Amino acid sequence: MAEVVVSRDPEAVLVRRRTAWTIVAQLLKVVSSYLVLTLLGALMAIPFIWMIVSSFKHEGDIFTYPPVWFPDPLIWTNFRDVVNSMPFILMSWNTLYVAILNVIGGIIVCGMAAFAFARMQFPGRDALFIVLLASMMVPAQVTMIPVFLVMQKLNWLDTHFPLWVPGFTGGAFGTFLLRQFFLTLPSELDDAARIDGAGSWTIFWRIFLPLSKPALATLAIFIFLYRWNDLLHPIIYLNTPEKMTLPVGLAYFRGQYRTEWALLMAGAMMSVIPVLVLYASFQRYFVRGVVLSGIKG
Amino acid sequence: MPFLFPTLVGMVVFTHGAVFAAFFISLTRWDALTPWEWIGINNYRDMFLEDKLFARSMVQTGYYTLASVPLGMVASLLAAALVNQKLKFMTFYRTVFFLPGITSIVAVAMVWLWLYNPDFGVINWLLEIVGISGPAWLGSTKWAMPAVIIFGIWRGLGYNMVIFLAGLQGIPDVYYEAAEVDGASRFRRFWHITLPLLSPTTFFVLIISLIGSFQVFEQTYVLTQGGPAYATMTIAYYIFLQAFQWFHMGIASALSFVLFLAVMVVTVIQFGLQRRWVHYG
Repeated sequence: MAEVVVSRDPEAVLVRRRTAWTIVAQLLKVVSSYLVLTLLGALMAIPFIWMIVSSFKHEGDIFTYPPVWFPDPLIWTNFRDVVNSMPFILMSWNTLYVAILNVIGGIIVCGMAAFAFARMQFPGRDALFIVLLASMMVPAQVTMIPVFLVMQKLNWLDTHFPLWVPGFTGGAFGTFLLRQFFLTLPSELDDAARIDGAGSWTIFWRIFLPLSKPALATLAIFIFLYRWNDLLHPIIYLNTPEKMTLPVGLAYFRGQYRTEWALLMAGAMMSVIPVLVLYASFQRYFVRGVVLSGIKG
Repeated sequence: MPFLFPTLVGMVVFTHGAVFAAFFISLTRWDALTPWEWIGINNYRDMFLEDKLFARSMVQTGYYTLASVPLGMVASLLAAALVNQKLKFMTFYRTVFFLPGITSIVAVAMVWLWLYNPDFGVINWLLEIVGISGPAWLGSTKWAMPAVIIFGIWRGLGYNMVIFLAGLQGIPDVYYEAAEVDGASRFRRFWHITLPLLSPTTFFVLIISLIGSFQVFEQTYVLTQGGPAYATMTIAYYIFLQAFQWFHMGIASALSFVLFLAVMVVTVIQFGLQRRWVHYG
């Protein structure tokens, strides 16, 4: 009886219809969102999927049409062969140690400069900071020629020095990023330490650096990635395959083994793996870094 | 000033000092081995009056910029809006979108070289499925640049997406709630709330995209080496060729200064225009 009454009440019917319609609309919205996301995601992921698939293929099965997405059987020997046929281990080591030295240098030197700009008083401080930031506007193409000539004068061509020594002279981006972070630390910290007799170095090493671990991690990841993937500098400075880093080595071996796609895919995949591991482990620092460099810039 | 000492050394040797040195070198003829020769502004004059490759590379850089910057920004804003929804698996999708940008350009370009293969490539296979006969891509003077642009957008999407995402999350919900109460449609909410409040972020993405696209080098180096028939010759790649393949340090430095000026002018113009469309707080 009550039901009949409710269904005859025109307002209630309207409300019920509206709720049903809202639920359908909501559902449609969610489904269409996932559809677009998955389509876009698939487009973005196809190159990676193809890289993985191809690195497990027999060289002879590479050029088949239509493309084969599930190689059968899986060929594991490509990974062994790429390690044997190019100085892969050596190149990985070169890339790794150059990147790590840059990270160490960048963190210490940018940290020191950032500390000076955030906490020390000296004439012309803010003007100097702006002058430093201005270097971010200069295209790499402008400075690379004079820097190359300096390295040539030092007899550092075809060595790793040009790839990491400049890392120990800091940089505008890292200094800016750390300065922004240091400014958020309460000044009571350094005041208290100074009263206890601590000098600037002690405050920097014992208080600022340990308290800035998130910002330092962000900067470390940025520098590491930049150096791990850097192509421009190694291309300019390195000639000997044994001295090359992975990006330039892969580009070089593409020229050498134009036809061996399976090997190149295996090599490319192995060079990407450390970055994937790094990303998976420190995802939040990545995002924070992009945001820090983006929003406050 | 011990804290600033290494940074100051870096500024003198590697950045600011290097800019002055580059300007000086641009006024010489020099192969970096034999003594240099002072030739005044001849490098600049030749560049504008005689060097056809310079003109070509500027046009191609402009082409790359005009196509990749707007398309890339729209795509990354769309991606950001999509992953900003309160749904499941958003972290997964964010990761998928972000990965191309953090992997080595050489490694991923290697795959793209192959995806673009006109006979065996996945892209032409996909096009064939929807009934389109694909072009020769990197082998075609007409399609090589679009191919490089698609690759560039693919690679840059995730980075810009994260910046846009941060911007979107900075817009307070109350605006949307108020608009919803007033019965504003989804499109109107996006147009009248999201876009204006996001404009500082959009401005930032625009500036870094412009600066980046003026200097595009690695894409063309790995995918096309500037070819075919200079169809993908960008100014940054041309500078690289002049300096490190042909050892024309003077010409290369002059070119790099023109690039620098172009970047400055475009950036200054953008800062001038921002008053018209960027809304701060």
